[in-house]
Amino acid sequence: MAEKVTLVIFSGEMDKAMAAFNIAIGAASMGMEVSMFFTFWGLNIIKKNEGPIKSRGMMRKMLNLMNRGGSRRLPLSRFHMLGLGKWMMGRLMREARFPSVDELIATAKEAGVKFIACTNTMGVMGLSKEAFIPEVDSFGGVAAYLAEAKEGRVNLFV
Amino acid sequence: MKADATLDCVGLYCPMPIYQTAKKLKELKLGQVLEVLADDEGIKEDMPAWCRTTGNELLGIEEEKGEYKAYVRKAEKGT
Repeated sequence: MAEKVTLVIFSGEMDKAMAAFNIAIGAASMGMEVSMFFTFWGLNIIKKNEGPIKSRGMMRKMLNLMNRGGSRRLPLSRFHMLGLGKWMMGRLMREARFPSVDELIATAKEAGVKFIACTNTMGVMGLSKEAFIPEVDSFGGVAAYLAEAKEGRVNLFV
Repeated sequence: MKADATLDCVGLYCPMPIYQTAKKLKELKLGQVLEVLADDEGIKEDMPAWCRTTGNELLGIEEEKGEYKAYVRKAEKGT
């Protein structure tokens, strides 16, 4: 049976997402079974880029307006500088032919990495399944994560 | 070294060379040798590690002017 690797993606920043996808793709390339659990701010990475995020209630509407998310809207965890830092980093990465978050998502899926979105955070933030990209395989909670993690020796929190 | 196929990963950074290697090796037959070209120095550590984990055989890594050629033989228990 293949070894299992799990990653909890709690953060919603571009650089952290890239590091996480790199590990996931690497593990899948080494024949491991990889699951990525997106929770809290990490859900921003797998939100659709297009269209509005629908939610009910004043506070949730405000939250989802300020915390729009989407793979192309992720800030840098350091030196974001209102987007200037991200623009510069993006340029350096393109020059180095480093894949974008979208490309990493596509490669991870091609390599067989499973994406699971946390239903708890979705409930708190008022997000429906429609807010997410179709690459998400399933929607689950902590038990879904732990059932995978207990069978893995590489379990990371990003 | 003689190879049955060549994979060009020059200009690609980790983890793309091992991702591409894993993908390409699936197309090869048992015992065939894949030559991987790369210029990311990480390949010197990554390819041996990848081979140890997947069970494929690393025949050697040649270095020339900042470019690397890694030779991997597809093994029976390899994934």
